[in-house]
Formats: sequence, C-alpha cells, structure tokens
Amino acid sequence: MILTKESVNKIREKLQQYPKPKSAILPALTVAYRQAGYVDEGIYKEISKIINVTTVEIAEAATFYTLFAKEPRGKYLIQVCHNISCALLGADSLIGYLQEKLNIKIGETTEDKMFTLVTVECLGSCSTAPVMQINQDYYERLTKEKVDQVLEDLRSKA
Amino acid sequence: MFYSPVRTNAAEVAKSDKLHLFRYVEDPEQVKIEKFEEHGGYVAWKKVLTEMEPVQVIDEVKNSGLRGRGGAGFPAGLKWSFVPKDSPKPRYLCCNADESEPGTCKDRVLMERDPHAVIEGMAIASYAIGCHQMFIYIRGEFAHCADRMEKAAKEAYEHGHLGKNIYGSGFNLDMVIHTGGGAYICGEETALLNSLEGERGMSRIRPPFPAVEGLYACPTIVNNVETLASVPHVINHGADWYKSLGTEKSSGSKIFSLSGHVKRPGNYEVELGFPLKKLIYDEDYGGGILGDKKLKGVIPGGSSTPFLTPDMIDINLDYESLVEGGSMLGSGAVIVFHEDTCIVWIIKRLTHFYRHESCGKCTPCREGTAWLEKLINRIEDGQGKPGDVEKVEEICGNILGHTVCPLGDAAVMPILSTLKLWRDEWQYHIDYGKCMVKTDFEFK
Ligand SMILES: Cc1cc2nc3c(=O)[nH]c(=O)nc-3n(C[C@H](O)[C@H](O)[C@H](O)COP(=O)(O)O)c2cc1C
Ligand code: SF4
Ligand code: FES
Repeated sequence: MILTKESVNKIREKLQQYPKPKSAILPALTVAYRQAGYVDEGIYKEISKIINVTTVEIAEAATFYTLFAKEPRGKYLIQVCHNISCALLGADSLIGYLQEKLNIKIGETTEDKMFTLVTVECLGSCSTAPVMQINQDYYERLTKEKVDQVLEDLRSKA
Repeated sequence: MFYSPVRTNAAEVAKSDKLHLFRYVEDPEQVKIEKFEEHGGYVAWKKVLTEMEPVQVIDEVKNSGLRGRGGAGFPAGLKWSFVPKDSPKPRYLCCNADESEPGTCKDRVLMERDPHAVIEGMAIASYAIGCHQMFIYIRGEFAHCADRMEKAAKEAYEHGHLGKNIYGSGFNLDMVIHTGGGAYICGEETALLNSLEGERGMSRIRPPFPAVEGLYACPTIVNNVETLASVPHVINHGADWYKSLGTEKSSGSKIFSLSGHVKRPGNYEVELGFPLKKLIYDEDYGGGILGDKKLKGVIPGGSSTPFLTPDMIDINLDYESLVEGGSMLGSGAVIVFHEDTCIVWIIKRLTHFYRHESCGKCTPCREGTAWLEKLINRIEDGQGKPGDVEKVEEICGNILGHTVCPLGDAAVMPILSTLKLWRDEWQYHIDYGKCMVKTDFEFK
C-alpha cells in the first residue's frame, strides 16, 4: 500500500460528492499524486478498489493528463514556464541558469534526488513572468537573486 | 496562505462607481466570509432566492448584455435560456476555471482574492437554470486556488448560503470543487465535461450543445469565472446600469491581463471599449514599453488571437472593435512585444504549445500542428527551404475550419496573421538562413 489512510479517506470523501464514481478519478489521482509525487499501476489498483472504477479506466485517464508524473522524481519538482509571456521576459535564460546551477538538463534529476527540472506550458501567471512552480508553490517575477534564495531555502529545509 | 504578487488596479476601481470586480482584491481580509458579507456579499444571492423567479434572473442577465469572458463572448443570459424548461433530468452548472490560454491570469486573481464572489455568481446562475449541484473545474496547477475555494465553500455552507433550504426558500444547492490534470484543452467546454466525467479530456462533437446534453448527458451550462463573478453586480445594480457601462454591444467591465514587454504588467479592470493604447502606455496601466524600446506588436486577446502591428493599436477593447480591427477580444490577455523580438520565434513557441495541447481527436489538428511545429522550427533555425513559408500557409489553410473544436483555429489564426503582417520577416529566414532580429531576453 502506497496510499496513506489519510489519502484514502480524502478520496472517499471526494467520491461521495459526485453523482458518478468515474468523476472521482481525477480527484483521486490528485490526492495520490500530492502524497506520493507520482502515480503508477500499483496506485491505479489501489484507487480502483476505493472508488470502484476499473484500473484500465483509471490508467486511461491518468495517461492523458501531464500533471501526474508516472514515476518518482526529485523531492522538489521545478516546473519552469517556457510559454510566450515568460519567454519574452527571459524564461530561456532562466532555464539556462537553473540548468547551470543544478548541473542538470531539462528532464533530469540531481544526484541527491533533491531537484527535478522540467519546462511546462503557461502557468496562468503571465503578468508576473518569468514564473516557476515548485511542487504546489508558485514563484513569480523571478530574478537570479530570487532563484538563488529559493533554492537555498529548499536545500536548508530538506 | 498563498497570494500572487500580481499588480491590480484595485485602488482605481474602488474610486469608480462603475467597476466592481476588483474593488476589494487588495484587501487580504476579503477572502473571509465576514468581510465579504460586510462588503455587500451574498446580498444579490439572497435577493434572487427570496424575491425573484428563475426566468426573471435569466431576463435580467440577458438585458444586461453580459457576455462570456472566457473567450467566445457569447451572451450569458441567452445561453442560460437554452436549458430546456421541461427536461426531467438534473441540470448542472460548471464554472470554467481552467485558465490556460497563454497570457491569461485573471480568473486566478478572483479565486485567490475574492473566492466568495465566484461562489455567489455560481449560485445565482444555478438558481436561474434550476441546478442543485454546481461544479468549479480548476486547472490542476492552481492547487492553492482549489484550497481557497474549498475553504470559502465551507464557510458559505456554515453561513447558510449553500446547502439545504437556503434562506428558508426551499432551494438546495451543493458545490463541488474539482481540479484538472494539466491540459489546456480541458478549458474547451466539452473537453472540460469529459474530464469532469473522469474521461480523457477530448472535445465532443456538437450538437448536442452542453445546454441540452452536457455533464452526464444532462443540461449543463459552462461559464467562465469572470462571467459568473460579474453576475452579482448585474443583480445588485440592475440590468440597465450594467448595460450603461462599456459600449452598446459590449456592456460592462472586463479584466485585462497585461503581460510581456511593458513596464507595469498586471491585471486591470476597465470598462469595455477602453483604448488599447491607453492600457499599454498610460502611467496608471502598462506605463509604456520596457526599456523605452519601439513597440513591434500586440496580441490583444490571448495567444489564440490574431496579432496587431503598432499602426493597428488605435483601437478600443470591446468585442466589435477588435473584430473590426482584424483580431478578437478573446480572454482579454494583452501580450506586448518590442522591436527585439523575432516574429517566427514567437510563433515557434505558440506552435509548440498548440501541438502539445492538441487532444488528438481530429486529424487536421493532430497531424497539422505536428507538421507546423517541424516546419516552423526549421525556418526559425535558419534551415528553411524555399517554399516552406508557403507550405506553412497551406497547412494552416487545411486546419482552419476543419476541426472538431476551436483549438485548431486557435493554433493557426495567429500564424496566418503574422504571415500577413510580417511576411518579409518570414521570408528573410528563408533567404538569409537566420532571424532578422536576434531574440535573446536576459533575465536578471
Ligand atoms: C482550446 C480552448 C481552451 C479554452 N480555455 C478556456 C479557459 O481556460 N477558460 C474559459 O473560461 N474558457 C475557455 N474556453 C472557452 C470555453 O470553451 C467556453 O466557451 C467558455 O468557458 C464559456 O464561458 P463564457 O461564456 O462565460 O465565456 C476555451 C476554448 C477553447 C477552444
Ligand atoms: S481541434 Fe485539436 S484539440 Fe480540438 S478536437 Fe480536434 S484534435 Fe482535439
Ligand atoms: S506564459 Fe508563463 S505563466 Fe503564462
């Protein structure tokens, strides 16, 4: 069992809100993903038992949505927006800076499993570009100084 | 709790008796129900529920001229009136909070800072269409907005604005907060409904339209966050008042998300019909172009709308003027870029996005955006061959108007507009094997 009792309860609670159990697939995946940092076959099976929807149906949905990573990643998933408003304010240079600082390329995870770096589409934060999201949190109007600070804070928190 | 540092014109709005959406968004207490109520919140909801018939609410919103703020600008009241009166099935309301159109970041501010206004608007719309269970579909990345909406909904239940027998009227209403999985296409209303049903987020063929057969094959209304947040103001001040704002055919106010190369990017609520130039240059709004460089172009309504050149920006921000001026109001996301920006580089970004977000249901969009991406990358990279620009144009023509949902058109309209407006720059890439302007934006 990967899902904690708390997650299972949250999923059960969500399930009750919908007229049809299939609607609870995304909320269940969200709960699982927020807890485990990824979702996979094993997790689909666990969810399947809770919401009574087949594993195939859950997998079918899960594979459509990019938000749910399908394998474990670093403790902190750094998602940098490379869409237009951010690109106009130096997103490429920000991505380069992060690659250099973390000594990894896009899609890779640092050796100590602390950070994974990915690029994403518009995060809905265009008027405070450039922007990145680390796990659930947004970091906006980024500067080199801010990036340094954020990474340092996360490292010292770990 | 998390709060975006985005700039708003709340101070200006507070001084105006015409603007309301942003009145309290700089007040950190506004997220709490006590403050919201103190500021006149839920008064419209109570009035609707205790004094008005559903059809009166629909008529009021119809007469106000309020149009959808999610992109298409469809009249809200008219849409509500399409819900069949005699259907024995349950009806549903879905608030569209997927906000993923590049450049757009306004609905987020409303959810983060005035979540009860969204709930109140949703409740009124629900009553109007006879819905007893309303949903808000929030893009998965906005986890903090979902948390905030959850909290606000809980408060609304506790204060008797949601739940059973609200205000003793006998009307029951429940609210479900639903989060997505990171797919732009789920903002398209039929894909949203599939996603809400636990399916892959693919668009449905219309008809049937959602108002007749939507969520779980029941009559369903999908409205944007901002559209719904505007509804309480229509009720509070009346249709005539709302109609008096803005222009004749574009009534009311609208939030514009200003981004890109301006000095003061931010979210600004203005009356429809506001001059685009003023939004970009006025000290109280955009404050002019970054580094006082020369303006090169503007995307006025989000990344899916045709571009404008500097000689086209003497235009007002309302649905009609923008169409007349060669573009669209869209979601109200104004993206500004200056002279150091390569036009093909912008298109490369956007085409990558649309290819990535195509749901794959129809061939012209699925295959077409993939070809476009390959070709455009090649051109931008200086490897384009003679005839490539024409090929881009041809592929665009094969997509335009030939797809199940508007994402296909959204992908090609911006491209076609740049082919018209900056043809020489496209051709330059072929003739000289490089960009005419080198794009290299440093972040500091
Ligand atoms: C590809 C695509 C993405 C869309 N994304 C959104 C969105 O994020 N938010 C939104 O409100 N409408 C979006 N729309 C428009 C919706 O389909 C729908 O028209 C709108 O939610 C209706 O609400 P309104 O009438 O209040 O604007 C999108 C449309 C398309 C074709
Ligand atoms: S136009 Fe694109 S996004 Fe829309 S249904 Fe067709 S493939 Fe899907
Ligand atoms: S373009 Fe980066 S957040 Fe919208």
